[in-house]
This record gives sequence, C-alpha cells and structure tokens, in this order.
Amino acid sequence: MQTSGQISPRTGNVLLMIGTMKGVFLLSSNSTRSRWKVSGPHFTGQVVYALAYDGRAGKQRIWASPQSWFYGTVLAHSDDFGSNWSVPETANVKFPEDTGLSLKQIWQIEPGRDDEPDVLYCGVEPASLFKSTDAGETWSLVRGLHDHPHRPRWEPGGGGLCLHTILLHPTDRNKMYVAISTGGVYKTDDGGSTWRAVNKGVSAEFLPDKYPEFGQCVHKVAMHTSQPDRLFLQNHGGLFRSFNGGESWESMANGVPSDFGFPIVSHPHEPDTFYIVPLDYEMRCVPEAKLRVYRTQDAGKTWKPLTRGLPQKRAYETILRDSMTADQLDPAGIYFGTRSGKIYGSANNGNSWKLILDDLPPVTCVKAAVVGGEIQTKKSTSKKKTGTKRATKKPARATRKGK
Amino acid sequence: MSIVCIIPGPLKAFADGKSDVVLNVPVHTVGEALNILWERYPGLKDRVITEQGKVREHINIFAGDENIKYTGGFNTPLKSEIEIYIIPAVSGGIN
Repeated sequence: MQTSGQISPRTGNVLLMIGTMKGVFLLSSNSTRSRWKVSGPHFTGQVVYALAYDGRAGKQRIWASPQSWFYGTVLAHSDDFGSNWSVPETANVKFPEDTGLSLKQIWQIEPGRDDEPDVLYCGVEPASLFKSTDAGETWSLVRGLHDHPHRPRWEPGGGGLCLHTILLHPTDRNKMYVAISTGGVYKTDDGGSTWRAVNKGVSAEFLPDKYPEFGQCVHKVAMHTSQPDRLFLQNHGGLFRSFNGGESWESMANGVPSDFGFPIVSHPHEPDTFYIVPLDYEMRCVPEAKLRVYRTQDAGKTWKPLTRGLPQKRAYETILRDSMTADQLDPAGIYFGTRSGKIYGSANNGNSWKLILDDLPPVTCVKAAVVGGEIQTKKSTSKKKTGTKRATKKPARATRKGK
Repeated sequence: MSIVCIIPGPLKAFADGKSDVVLNVPVHTVGEALNILWERYPGLKDRVITEQGKVREHINIFAGDENIKYTGGFNTPLKSEIEIYIIPAVSGGIN
C-alpha cells in the first residue's frame, strides 16, 4: 500500500485521526463534515492503538504510537498533519530496569490540562502510566501507580494488561482517574503520588466475588469536563455511572440490547449525553447484526438506538474501545471505526450517519479534533478556544530525531 | 579481527543507511560486538533488544549460521571474520 495524499486543515476544520492494524490515516473536512480529504497510510504496516491531537500553547501536533511487530513501539509526532513525522532515535517510553518490565504497547496518549501545556500522559501495556513534563521529549514512569500493592494481581484481558483510559479533572491538578483492563478504575487525589481503587458497585462476572475491590475488566470510562465528578463506564458486561467521583457506581444498562461493549463517548457540549455501541457478549459483534449506536441524553436513565444511515442487516461489526470519538463542533460530529475497516460519521449529534471511508485495515483507534482558532457554537454566542493558530514556522522537520 | 553486523532493511535508517557495519575492534562475544554497534548507532539498540536487555520476541540474531539462542546468547564466543545477522523472525499471519 502506498502513501498517498496530504491534508492541510485550516483553522476550524475537523481533523479525524484513524489508527489501524496497518498504519494511520488522517482525514480533514470543513465544518460541514460532508467531504473528507484523506492521507495515509502513515507508519505503513505498523499497529497504532493511540493517537492524540495537542493544540495547546500554539501547537498543532499529532501524537501517534506506531508499534512494529518486530522493533517495538515509540511515541512519534507530526507538526504538519503527517507530512513529516518526528520519530525518536531511541525509545522515548521505557520501563526502568529495576521494574523488570518491557513495554509492549502504548494504548493511550492524553495531553495534560490547558494550563500545563508541556504535560502529557500515556497509558501502556503492561498496565502503567507514564508522564512527560517537557512536551513529550522525555517520559517517566508514574511510580505511585506502579508501586500499588494491587498491581501484581491485575490480570490481562483479551487485549492484554493495558492502561487504556486517562481522565484528568479539568481544574484540580491533583485529581485524575485511570482505568485498567483488568484492574478497574483507580483515582489519585494528590497528583499521582498515591492511588486507590474506586470500583464499588462495578461488577466482575468472571470472578467468584462479583463486586471485588479491584479486578474489574473496565473497557472505557468517559467524563464530561463540565461535570467532572460524574463518570460513565462501559464494563466487560455492565454499564455504570458514578455521580461522586467514582466513590460508588450504579447500573445504567437501561434499555440496551446488550450491556457488553467497548467505547463510551461524551458529547462535547451536553453533559448528560453519551454514546455507546453495544456488542453481543458471545459473538462480540453488534446484536442481531444491526449496527446501532445507542445514545443517552439523560445521563443513563434511558438509551435510544441511532440507526439512520447505518446498516441494519448482516452487519457483523465490532467497535473497539478507542474507535469512537466526538469532535468539538455544534452540532457535534460523532465518529466510529470498525474491525472491518469502515469509518462512519455523523455531523448532527448522531441523528444520522454516513459511511466516510471503507476498506481500511481493522480500525483500532479514532480521534477527532478541531484545528486551531475559535469556534462559534450554534447554541451559544460565546466562543470556544480550541487551541492554536496555524504555525507560521517552516514545517520541514527531520523524519528522525537526533540525527 | 573483523566482525560484520548485517542490519535489516527497516533499520538501515538508524545506521546511516548502511546494510552492514564492520567492527574492526577486538571482541570476544556477540554481546561485546553488539554493545559496540549500539554505541555507534544508538537507534538500533532499542529496536533490537528490550529495555531489560533481551532480544525482542520477533527478532533473531545469528553468529554465522547459528542462532545465538542455542549457542549461549550474548555470551556466544566469536571467531574472527564472522558475520552477525540481525533478522526479523518468520512470524506473521495473525494480523
């Protein structure tokens, strides 16, 4: 497969980043989100489970975690929407020698809060958290979590023992959550020095004790930044919500065809609105081979299927935990990718869908961002700052750092 | 003593584009030879061995015709005028 095309999104355009089993594809569109330009594959033949866009402090940086089957994984970045990638000479995310661990996969890249633009986090397999305080130049293992006494008893799920979710409290720098499969949800109130399991009420049907302190196979957790003490969780069997910062959870599997699934995504502007894609527990495909996104608009009290534009027969589709996302526009764009290589998108909060791209390798990750500048929302006259103006510096970079 | 390290194609970019690197220094083991290679081209090291110093799962290293897995690993003794091959393993088909 040859690399083709380049994208040059303008301020206010939507950037859609797609990780697959065989590389990264980058898409861009204007705010109508009706036509997309495509570039890729980038990192041809490499698995990419994590992508992120960092638009803080004048940056317009895409982060990616290409993993070679043979040569390991690194964090690479591009400041020109994939025209050039900066790949580190030596691995930038490594376990210290004393841990006895070796990095298998990078599952999540999370830029820090807006007022700490040089901070980034990444979640990896085997389940651990790394932090950078110099804009991704160097990374350190977060020892507080690594040294947790529960860690030796975390077990790998089907995807491996991965730390796949990182949720930052938007204003309290001391508070954040991570989720581990299988380990459950962990919370820190002191900036990462100490962590505690917060899984009360989350089930683990595969254990004799159905409600253990930890060991749940949490697939994904979502938070709306305007209500950061409310968490919404897609479990390996079970949908749960917490209205007290994870201290306790209750079921919200009300009216869904299956409580199994992987992704859960927050609407960017409506704190009671979330999206999931239920999967049949045994087959791990959408129930009845009908591709249905389910949406709640009342914080989990009720869920309704969204089907317009989605195939409702012979759709044996699987959507993985990071393969669904939302952009920041209003109405919001909602996007997801399938194991069969299809990308679907909605430009109207999920009310109707279109097939954006087909015949990709199996999709592992879908992330969206609005590039730079200020965005006028439909429901508010206030302007939302989303990042940066376009860079004026020359974009040319070495394809490999350190030489 | 001349040791030649054969670099796999995808890693040539981390060895100034070279497909083979000649080490004209006295070494006694595969490990000593590779340490010199890593010093010269640091980008190769992390891509061939893990941070715990083990050969990556899907890479094989041969001293001459012998896989060092069966000859003492990094302690495999070296004769003069030998080639060290770094070769991606035959390990595909699942993705």
